[in-house]
Amino acid sequence: MSKRSKHQRTPTFEESAEGYLSNTQLRRNIGHATHTIRDKRAGVVAEMPDWEKLREAGAKLKQRTMRHLDKYLVQLEESVQQAGGQVHWARDADEANRIILDLVKAKQVEEVVKVKSITTDEIGLNKALAGEGIQALETDLAELIVQLAEDEPSHILVPAIHKNRAEIRELFREKLGNRELSDKPEELAEAARIYLRRKFLSAEVGISGGNFAVAETGTVSVVESEGNGRMCTTLPNTLISVLGIEKIIPTWRDFEVFMQLLPRSATAERMNPYNSFWTGVEDGDGPQEFHLVLLDNGRTKVLADEMGRQTLHCIRCSACLNVCPVYERTGGHAYHSVYPGPIGAILTPQLKGLDDPSAASLPYASSLCGACYEVCPVKINIPEVLVHLRGEIVKKKEKEGSLREKMDPEHVAMKWMGRTFRKRSRYERAQKVARSGQKLFTHDGTISKLPGELSKWTAMRDLKPIPKQTFREWWKTRS
Amino acid sequence: MSSAKQEILDRIQNALKDIPPDEKPDDITVDRSYRTTSDDDQDILVNRFAQRVGEYKATVQRVSQSDVLQTIKDSCKREKVQQLVIPPGLAKELYPNELDLLKDTHEVQLTHHQLDDADGVLTTCALAVAETGTIILDAGEGQGRRALTLLPDYHLCVVYEDQIVGIFPEAIRHFEEKMQTKAPPMTLISGPSATSDIELNRVEGVHGPRRLEVLIVEE
Repeated sequence: MSKRSKHQRTPTFEESAEGYLSNTQLRRNIGHATHTIRDKRAGVVAEMPDWEKLREAGAKLKQRTMRHLDKYLVQLEESVQQAGGQVHWARDADEANRIILDLVKAKQVEEVVKVKSITTDEIGLNKALAGEGIQALETDLAELIVQLAEDEPSHILVPAIHKNRAEIRELFREKLGNRELSDKPEELAEAARIYLRRKFLSAEVGISGGNFAVAETGTVSVVESEGNGRMCTTLPNTLISVLGIEKIIPTWRDFEVFMQLLPRSATAERMNPYNSFWTGVEDGDGPQEFHLVLLDNGRTKVLADEMGRQTLHCIRCSACLNVCPVYERTGGHAYHSVYPGPIGAILTPQLKGLDDPSAASLPYASSLCGACYEVCPVKINIPEVLVHLRGEIVKKKEKEGSLREKMDPEHVAMKWMGRTFRKRSRYERAQKVARSGQKLFTHDGTISKLPGELSKWTAMRDLKPIPKQTFREWWKTRS
Repeated sequence: MSSAKQEILDRIQNALKDIPPDEKPDDITVDRSYRTTSDDDQDILVNRFAQRVGEYKATVQRVSQSDVLQTIKDSCKREKVQQLVIPPGLAKELYPNELDLLKDTHEVQLTHHQLDDADGVLTTCALAVAETGTIILDAGEGQGRRALTLLPDYHLCVVYEDQIVGIFPEAIRHFEEKMQTKAPPMTLISGPSATSDIELNRVEGVHGPRRLEVLIVEE
């Protein structure tokens, strides 16, 4: 069921959530994972006396970058070129894939090694490469698991979080041909090490994403734990890195902010095991050919929305996923996007556009509790953007919706509510009507079953009836 | 200019119409009043560094100047290291000569397969950070190119006490000038290679060296 749906249309969040909610194994795996990282993160964040100042600085630096993105991109290009690298610009996924395909084909290889990169998942690079007979080998342990299982990642940071060790053992036994394997994580990791080491040593082309690119120096960085990032960015003679245009930071010094914020928010460590920073090409050390592909693919649309713009501040730490009460219960697949969880609920619809019914269902995948905003290391106000997007969806429905959409009971009810709340006399009249109408449905001081369309609301929740006397009425009787 | 570049830049300028045309990047002020130096004494920093590196499941030893070589020999023996990779520029006083030393030079580089077959590598570092237990390599003398500390399964790193700074911003600022002129490849190492991809169980060692040992040399 975790495989991508075979329906012509990608299901909405609501349509898929139900299935995932009833998968108890999945809920257990995800619940265990999110709670473990959540608690650990709280611990390492509490250690930092200046955490709030760092968050604020991170938010401001990203704001500065976005407001002057064109200047920084041009500066980045110059810096990378000066350091011996080549820069390519891609308006969309197809263009990025085409650029990469041409580069890889020029090297006449059948296989490339890849570092985990959500950006390359976003553009569907592996599939594009496969279409031309080139296998992209995922080298991150979790990505390898997902790739071998022909599955989809379910978490930004730990993509195979939905699989437990027994499932992984079965997969490795079958796909890596290792019948003796136990389900000890150490042995499973060892199997992956041996399998991939041969590949690393012979790889001629490496493909990576990147966490940051510094406009001032042209430095690109990969933040990781396993060492596969170091392998892919060091051993092959050609390195191709794909970065969204929002991954840029102005100066080297800005790392002092982001490299403190990211590891603690992501893996809940003081520092993750390996961080690689490279600047163009270094003579006699690492790849002698470096290509940086700068990707738009909808990001400039996000940038155009003054409220939505902050979505581009995201440094992909996934702290918001781990605290989200919705993500915790459905897991990542229900979002049908490479960007799941709260950040995905605002990023996906902006990247894909609200015409996409699946993407447009995501702003509703939230209780607006605000936990995501609280943990966000760059202070993206996710609830604010969610509400803003919901507003955009309603506006769009009003403008372009079919008669059927406009006559949708929820839409009609909301319109009626809006009208009622706008004028006091109308509001008070409605209160009186409701007060007499509710008598039929009130038992022991609660309303637990409403008729017709309204029953959807009470199916999950009880309502308090409107009181016999409102505050205003009571106030009047006082004098 | 490529048409894609022009179009993306045009899209950005269109998207940013609400920004006043005379606004400069620095008009968005960034308050950098977070900690940029540590007030702690060097003794405390050295202790903290040793403790934090240890928490990452690396082996940590504190040794005096006169004992460094002997400790290197002992550690290599304990880790059953026969073939040890030696980067260019490593001080000769640190060579455990009775081992099979694979010397990488700028002129003749060891192949990736030679590095893969080697049992370990011995290096120094450029700087270390106490708060995060991080070793920083900038491919300088005694550290070598990046592949050297990546392929062998055991990395023995010598850190001198005066190389340890308190917090991360100090390290970033230490390299600022270098990065602005001729930026070397930088590798930050905080413990051995690790993964938490299987049920969030931390496993030391996937692709990088599975064993990291740090010798902190007293002044």
